Amino acid sequence: MKNVFCAVAGAASLLISAPSIAQTTLTVATVNNSDMIRMQGLTSEFTAKNPDISVKWVTLEENVLRQRVTTDIATKGGQFDVLTIGTYEVPIWAKKSWLVPLDKLGADYDVGDLLPKIKDAVSVDGKLYAAPFYGESSMVMYRTDLFDKAGLKMPESPTWDFVVDAAKKLNDKAGGVYGICLRGKAGWGENMAFLTAMSNSFGARWFDEKWEPQFNSPEWKKTLTTYVDLMKQAGPPGASSNGFNENLALFSAGKCAMWIDATVAASMVTNPKDSKVADKVGFALAPNTGLGKNANWLWAWSLAIPAGSKKVDAAEKFIAWATSKDYTKLVADKQGWAAAPPGTRTSLYKNPDYLKAAPFAKMTLASIDAADPSHPTVKPVPYVGVQYAAIPEFQGIGTQVGQQFSAALSGSTTVDAALSAAQSATEREMKRAGYLK
Amino acid sequence: MARMVTTRNKVISTAAAWLVGFLIFFPILWMVLASFKTELEAFAIPPSFLFFHWTTENYVTVQERSDYLHHALNSIVIAGGSTLIAMLIAIPAAWSMAFSPTKRTKDILLWMLSTKMMPPVGVLVPIYLIYRNFGLLDTRSGLIFILCLGNLPIVIWMLFTYFKEIPKDILEAARMDGATIGRELIYVLTPMAVPGLASTLLLNLILAWNEAFWTLNLSTLEAAPLTVFIASYSSPEGLFWAKLSAASTLAIAPILVLGWFSQRQLVRGLTFGAVK
Repeated sequence: MKNVFCAVAGAASLLISAPSIAQTTLTVATVNNSDMIRMQGLTSEFTAKNPDISVKWVTLEENVLRQRVTTDIATKGGQFDVLTIGTYEVPIWAKKSWLVPLDKLGADYDVGDLLPKIKDAVSVDGKLYAAPFYGESSMVMYRTDLFDKAGLKMPESPTWDFVVDAAKKLNDKAGGVYGICLRGKAGWGENMAFLTAMSNSFGARWFDEKWEPQFNSPEWKKTLTTYVDLMKQAGPPGASSNGFNENLALFSAGKCAMWIDATVAASMVTNPKDSKVADKVGFALAPNTGLGKNANWLWAWSLAIPAGSKKVDAAEKFIAWATSKDYTKLVADKQGWAAAPPGTRTSLYKNPDYLKAAPFAKMTLASIDAADPSHPTVKPVPYVGVQYAAIPEFQGIGTQVGQQFSAALSGSTTVDAALSAAQSATEREMKRAGYLK
Repeated sequence: MARMVTTRNKVISTAAAWLVGFLIFFPILWMVLASFKTELEAFAIPPSFLFFHWTTENYVTVQERSDYLHHALNSIVIAGGSTLIAMLIAIPAAWSMAFSPTKRTKDILLWMLSTKMMPPVGVLVPIYLIYRNFGLLDTRSGLIFILCLGNLPIVIWMLFTYFKEIPKDILEAARMDGATIGRELIYVLTPMAVPGLASTLLLNLILAWNEAFWTLNLSTLEAAPLTVFIASYSSPEGLFWAKLSAASTLAIAPILVLGWFSQRQLVRGLTFGAVK
């Protein structure tokens, strides 16, 4: 017994006397997108400058990550020090005081350089609650060779009428080329991201000022009818199960004349390694109907610190590094300018090297500028968000409505039936959540 | 004539068995093939079956990005640990219910099974809070505990049905010869129940190995098993099938090998009692 005591005391005194650098380990939760994986690979550059901080990564699929991180932050589980969240979560979580305001990112961080629309999307009451890592909108990607062959010229800001006509003209099912590829897979972040943005350009809205659902409005009917007719006449078969990745594969293989989706796809379809049509892609703003709104969304994957984190200082240092101008330059030095995370900083779009390496840069910036989360559509709305309404209930409602619209696309229900089912489902959920009486 | 029919029947049934076997195995084969394709080829329509540019690039990427061994070791410890503990609890429980049933035995069995009827997400938040307070989040022991509890009803049910097949008279004979309960369990019951025990063990191991809900939600880094490893390769923005297939192939490899070697026990266990 005495020996054991001596051994323990000896070990303890060794531990106390040993010179130690207090090591802070940050656990960063992130999604499996190429820009994040690149950041993961460059972490050693950060830890070399900050030897007292080590960084560990938890990479998960977007929906798994969302559930995992939401559970942890709601229960104050403290498993993560830095979270990757989207513009949907930021206003909701900030209002619940789940996030630490990012007001100590350092003097040289240059908050003023952040793109104003993106900065607004991750701020609440003027305070930054998450630092944007990369931002995106949506735009039209089209095949310049097919347009030339058909004698068509894509305007910089096309109307839906033009897009519908062009899609019908370019549709060549025998040749294996479909006029247009659009999202059809049900989900609030899948088909509903596209359809909500599309509905904005038709003047539709999710809710009126009193939170009354608006799926019975003529604007929604026009949106969904245009979409379903267009896809039936000029879309690929089985479109109701196509999401971003399926359309990316179709477009990269040369099977779509047009594709309207996230601007981040531009770097993928113009990369000769992954795309057969890399040198034949043109870009245009998402279509409009002349009402002053284009059908493009706004999203930014951003880094935030959960309230209650015991490592706020180290986490702030990491976030400041990962979303800084220097980080963009680091990526450019290591992997070329085309790999720089897009859509967050004004300076990037003034950099001639980037503009040269990324032919889609101008249109990405114009698309981001054309989206306005506070005034997403023509009529006034009580919510924030372009392709979503930033309320906690939206994920569930959006997915339910998305299922109805996906069924209308596949033909298992009619447009009218889908809209009326969407209306009653949304009314029910909004009543349950207390927005309606 | 009779011989010819027999031969023909044999050929037909063998071919049918191979066909069914191939159909069942096909998704796994497809996954392995996809893991050797480039991302674009993995997504290509129409897909190519064998004539594509074979590459091991995905395995290299997966190795570079993740610590496979760390995740595999966690999977072995968690699946193995939860299975052993579940067996230790389930054997005596099933034994007592099979050989000394009471009026309430059936109700207890049904009650145990009913716990599997609730979707786990229904208790995610309470369990998460309990784990947080006890410091069990992201620990192997926490995951062993929850997987053991989750699989216990199935293990007890399986063992109960196997034990029921064993004639009571043999155990009574052993008792008549003066065997104690311990000796009766070890020397009489166990040898007769080996196929049943082995298949329960293996099935429980596979269930625990593949369990994705709790392992994804209650682990972060230190205790993260192979399910977390796989989940990190799926992406809504970007092509990922080839890399995901490579990660999945690596994740199922150990359990597939184990299943291969123990298939004889497994088949015997699953058909146990059918030929009495």
